[in-house]
Amino acid sequence: MIAILASILDGVLIGAVYGLAAMGLTLIWGVMNVINLAHGAITVFGMFGLYFLASLLGLPAYSAVPISIVCGFGIGVVLYWIAVHRIIGRPELMSLLATFAVNMVLVGLGTALWTTSPFNVQVTVPGFTWQGYTFTGTHIMAAVLAGVIAGLLYLFLHHTRTGKAIRAVANNREAAELSGIPTTQILSMAFGLGVALATVSGTLIATMFPFTMLSGEAYQLKSFVVTVLGGLGNPAGALLGGIALGLIEGMATPFMPVSWIPIIEFGLFVFCLIAFPRGIFSLSKA
Amino acid sequence: MRSNTSLLFGLSGLAIATMLVGATPALAEDTLTIGFTASQSGKLNNDSTAQMRGFELWRDEVNAAGGIKVGSKQYKINFVTYDDESQNTRVQQLYTRIIVQDKAQFLFSPYSSGLVATAAVVSEQYDRVMITTGGAEEKPHRLGNKNLFQLYSPASQYLAGALAALKEKNPKAQVAFVYEDDPFSKAVAQAVRDLAKKDGLTLSLEESYSGTTTDFGPIINKVIASKADALLGGGHYADGATLTRQLNDQKAGLKWVTLLVAPDSPNFATLGDAAIGISVPSQWEPQVSFKPDFGPTAAEFTKRFTDKFKIEPGYHAAGGYAAGMILQHAIEQAGSIDQAKVAEALNKMDVTTMFGRTKFSTDPKEHGLQIGHEMVLAQWQKKDGKLVKEVIWPKAAKTADIIY
Repeated sequence: MIAILASILDGVLIGAVYGLAAMGLTLIWGVMNVINLAHGAITVFGMFGLYFLASLLGLPAYSAVPISIVCGFGIGVVLYWIAVHRIIGRPELMSLLATFAVNMVLVGLGTALWTTSPFNVQVTVPGFTWQGYTFTGTHIMAAVLAGVIAGLLYLFLHHTRTGKAIRAVANNREAAELSGIPTTQILSMAFGLGVALATVSGTLIATMFPFTMLSGEAYQLKSFVVTVLGGLGNPAGALLGGIALGLIEGMATPFMPVSWIPIIEFGLFVFCLIAFPRGIFSLSKA
Repeated sequence: MRSNTSLLFGLSGLAIATMLVGATPALAEDTLTIGFTASQSGKLNNDSTAQMRGFELWRDEVNAAGGIKVGSKQYKINFVTYDDESQNTRVQQLYTRIIVQDKAQFLFSPYSSGLVATAAVVSEQYDRVMITTGGAEEKPHRLGNKNLFQLYSPASQYLAGALAALKEKNPKAQVAFVYEDDPFSKAVAQAVRDLAKKDGLTLSLEESYSGTTTDFGPIINKVIASKADALLGGGHYADGATLTRQLNDQKAGLKWVTLLVAPDSPNFATLGDAAIGISVPSQWEPQVSFKPDFGPTAAEFTKRFTDKFKIEPGYHAAGGYAAGMILQHAIEQAGSIDQAKVAEALNKMDVTTMFGRTKFSTDPKEHGLQIGHEMVLAQWQKKDGKLVKEVIWPKAAKTADIIY
């Protein structure tokens, strides 16, 4: 029983980070109908950000969090103008191809620079031990920061002028344009915000686990599941979806081989797409 | 118009001349082409790069000494190599290309059992001798292949030393076995089940995981719940490094951890204190003291490798170098570069190099399987504040006592 509770608590902690990673993906989809296939590669750049700031420059590990958000936002805006702007409003296949190309470029660049060897950042945060099960400080810290960042995102989107403009563009771009909102700038900001969420989630993941240039793929796949669970285009739902996914992982693992978990996750993915296309947290709107 | 036509003829003539020069037989006669793929990208990049460096050091040294002597001829070594992206499909395409288009006379294997199995299908189809290094799975040798020669001790030997050492320290140890679900680790798993039963050790948990696993928390909780004293398993570098760090972070309370492959890499030391006490079955360590029948000693090889690549060699690098030496020796013994004659020389071979003893099975049921080489067990320990890898098993080869 204690083992099950420990696994569930572990699942919730890691699930919050899955949720944060998926938030960027779902925000970009919600605002501009672009599925960002470079999401995983961008997440890895957040991981390397922590490595360079903490291991090479010697800065405190968590000081990398705000730096990662700022740099991620800048990179996102640049990527928007280079690869995304021209395909806004075009068929979705074009956005898939464009962002897949960006993904290939980023992975290729990263592999050339840093190879696919694992990197490790040693971060020490005191955790606690309960009945022989240790909950690491880095997991707790990552979950708390993921919750704080998600809360700040909510406040930004609902209580600031720019945030309201992003939501207006997401609801109806033409109407927003007619109301005087500079929609192109807003779209680039939304893309920057989505990328910033991806990089900061990468930074938090790197405080917990070693990583390679190819680690992003696994998190991108999880982000797709989380996005579908939480509802496409719904950032708040993504956090709940992430926690739900972590909970499922935590609850299932004591009872079955771990290698079965991806089958459950992606089975759920298909089931949600069919039964709850707006996500399990959007039942009232369905 | 007229000048354009002249230019066209001129360029065509130049192209034909270039093709003719390229096909001049005199050059081909003096060059021996060896083909292989390396994982320059993808998840196997770390270990594959080390193996490729071993190949390269051997080639450079042979060429600097004038080449391989076959009768009255000296053959310089030429490599044809491509990036297989750590993918089976690429290996299949590229080995075909290496043989058919690039006309490689001999082959080295790619890194990892999964890729070796794929390359073996192609090498056998075209009757090319392939020295496999970086692949310990036994299955390809049980399929009737006649041109495949395995340098590494097979997968069934990998954890034999770890289980023997563990049994000596704790004859009633409860063992959790956690391994990657790839062909190599599965082959090791089968052997561990049999060996543990024979040694009277209890397997309290057996769990496989995908190579893309990024969070081992749920598995570690299962290990803790199983009340295991020891954990054996792993797979390749990335998963092994993550598992090690999380075992340390989650204070799993294990007295013994042996993982495949990952702890052998010098990069493993970047895990810091999490690496202390972690052991690894190793095909070779720089401290080994075999007396070679030919070629450098382990110490000489280590110095040359370190001078060239500025990193100490692990067993993947040593395996790459030894693969070259074994092929060279077979060609010299055969006195020919004929495939059948070289294969025959390999069948008869029983030699000791800096890598240890090499002898291939000639039993048709397991042709080419390595039956001469013995593995050692190395453990990361802290000495004078620095992390170092020490040989702890077998006792005859140990350089330090076991940390349990």
